[in-house]
Amino acid sequence: MKVSPLDRKTSLSIFDRMLMMRYFEEAVLRLHQERQFASHFHLYIGQEATGAAVLEALGDKDLICTTHRNHGHLIGRGSDPGQTMAEILGRSSGLNRGRGGTLHASDPSRGFLSTSAIVGGCAGLATGAAFGIKTKRESNVAVGFFGDGSLEEGLVIESFNIAALWKLPVIYVCENNSAGAMGPQQGGYPTAITATDSFTRLPAAYGIHCVKVDGADIAAVYAAATEATQRCRAGQGPAFIEAFTVRWPGSSPLWPEPATVTDLNEAWDPARLKGPHVAWLRDHDPLLRTARDIVAHGYVSQDEVMAHDKDARARVEAGAAFAIESPMPLSETAHEHVFA
Amino acid sequence: MPNARNITYRSAVLEALAGEMRRDQNVILIGEDVGAAGGVFKQTDGLHAEFGEERVIDTPISEAGAFGLAIGAAMAGQRPVFEVMFGDFITLVMDQLVNQAAKVNYMSAGQFSVPLVLRTAVGIGANLGPQHSQSLHAWTAHIPGLKVVMPSTPADAKGLMTAAIRDDNPVVFFEDRMLYNVSGEVPQFEHVVPIGSAEVKRPGRDVSIIATSRMVHIALAAAELLAHENVSVEVVDPRSLVPLDIDTLVASVKKTSRAVVVDGGYRQYGVTGEIAATIAEEAFDWLDAPIMRVGGANVPIPFSKSIEPLMLPDAAKLAAIVAQLLHGTR
Repeated sequence: MKVSPLDRKTSLSIFDRMLMMRYFEEAVLRLHQERQFASHFHLYIGQEATGAAVLEALGDKDLICTTHRNHGHLIGRGSDPGQTMAEILGRSSGLNRGRGGTLHASDPSRGFLSTSAIVGGCAGLATGAAFGIKTKRESNVAVGFFGDGSLEEGLVIESFNIAALWKLPVIYVCENNSAGAMGPQQGGYPTAITATDSFTRLPAAYGIHCVKVDGADIAAVYAAATEATQRCRAGQGPAFIEAFTVRWPGSSPLWPEPATVTDLNEAWDPARLKGPHVAWLRDHDPLLRTARDIVAHGYVSQDEVMAHDKDARARVEAGAAFAIESPMPLSETAHEHVFA
Repeated sequence: MPNARNITYRSAVLEALAGEMRRDQNVILIGEDVGAAGGVFKQTDGLHAEFGEERVIDTPISEAGAFGLAIGAAMAGQRPVFEVMFGDFITLVMDQLVNQAAKVNYMSAGQFSVPLVLRTAVGIGANLGPQHSQSLHAWTAHIPGLKVVMPSTPADAKGLMTAAIRDDNPVVFFEDRMLYNVSGEVPQFEHVVPIGSAEVKRPGRDVSIIATSRMVHIALAAAELLAHENVSVEVVDPRSLVPLDIDTLVASVKKTSRAVVVDGGYRQYGVTGEIAATIAEEAFDWLDAPIMRVGGANVPIPFSKSIEPLMLPDAAKLAAIVAQLLHGTR
């Protein structure tokens, strides 16, 4: 796969998606600390470059199924920050009127069919969405986002076989965030428990087009996703992208902890880096890396980056305020929507 | 019945499928060996020839993956009929059925629905043994968000399959394989039976037998035996477990003051208990006797011909239970 440098417009669009993802998640963490909601949740911090670049490569009509680490995908695709936050807070103004919450959000206005909180469940649904697309002879594609743990589920392997057999226009995006994940020795859960030394061997066994990319490199992810969508739209069948990211230090499995707070000035002023997680910020934070790169390319000035930063923060804060002010669902609505 | 012919239950379901596939391009059939092979019970015979491989689709032996696909396709605008070859194999799609299909409408606050039919063949009596004979409909009826249908006659099979395909919700459609060769009057043209409507299959005065699917035929035979003893039995077929037409069941029991509930699934924690409890709640003051439950034995279904039939009541056994109930000699 040839990776071309990204142009200014594409780079900035991806960067803007990443900013929204990051500040949204920092707000989620804060609102949880403020006890605005009680459930466990999963943050997307550290994986923004992967999701934002894949979403940038998609068209408006493409369909998406995602996994429990879903906030970034929704926000990066343009779901309303207020409605998304309201859903996480269980409010009646949420994307799903508080029935789904963080683990089950969907947004038809953005082509988000489903968040499956059953690990790997999105692979089956995305494959089905692709089947629907192919049968109707449409040219859009379906994308399933999941983590490396999903490859331990039989459903995912069954989906690979079916998608390959029927040449379905589905892109499986495996966000491998095992690197740096807290292992059992540190009191966390193990991440991947697998006998394979390379996840791409599994889809490759069915003849699925596979690419491994650095998940913090927006140009590499964008190139992989663009190639995958082109293959799908040309009827060449499914693709599998494995994007490697190094997990944000605060990403404990169920209850994320405050670990770093984003300051984009750190991107060009390493002297500002401090605290116990300097190594992650310096070497692996995709947002700092992308900010540094787009300035280095001469696409924007540092001041312009900070203007984008301010704008994203303001949009997220407006969304958070909307969510907090929104009412909870009324008791008499609890039974609504059991059936269509 | 207008324009009715005498056809089998198998042909009646097939007629509904073909009719809906002609009417709506989005209706597709997905399953194992449903294509050119025409199904292991010949229950999809001819569909592949008429509608082609794009709409009558053979899957790998991957029930979970293929059913996940069917749900995704339904959310993306198609109306799949998904066939699980043997009812026992719904265990393999249970996660997709319970955690995805049943919940999509609720989780999305009605923004997405899953217009899909899962059809499967169940029933004791074909010497298929413990893993190919079970009727696990009670499992599905436990889950909010699923409709559950189990027709007893060819006409109901056609009318309910038509309604199921047109329904915007996931509908689980249980066909007793021992009914496939049973014939009955079936309207030739479009025929729709609303899901959630019970039917009195035989009117009577003395006792109500509420029976599902094949058990309706056992109940009718028992009613015939009892008629010789001047006992007037009313047989009521709920036709769907979810939604359950409680009004029709309760009206029957209020009239007869006695109820026996018969179902072909395992009796423990099953359909008979749910219906009996519902009647007790709604019609207790009208009852002259305890409600009786008659179900499948709580035993894995044995293979051997000599003992398999013991798993279900026959007409004589059911008639004896009703007679005991009437004479108070339980």
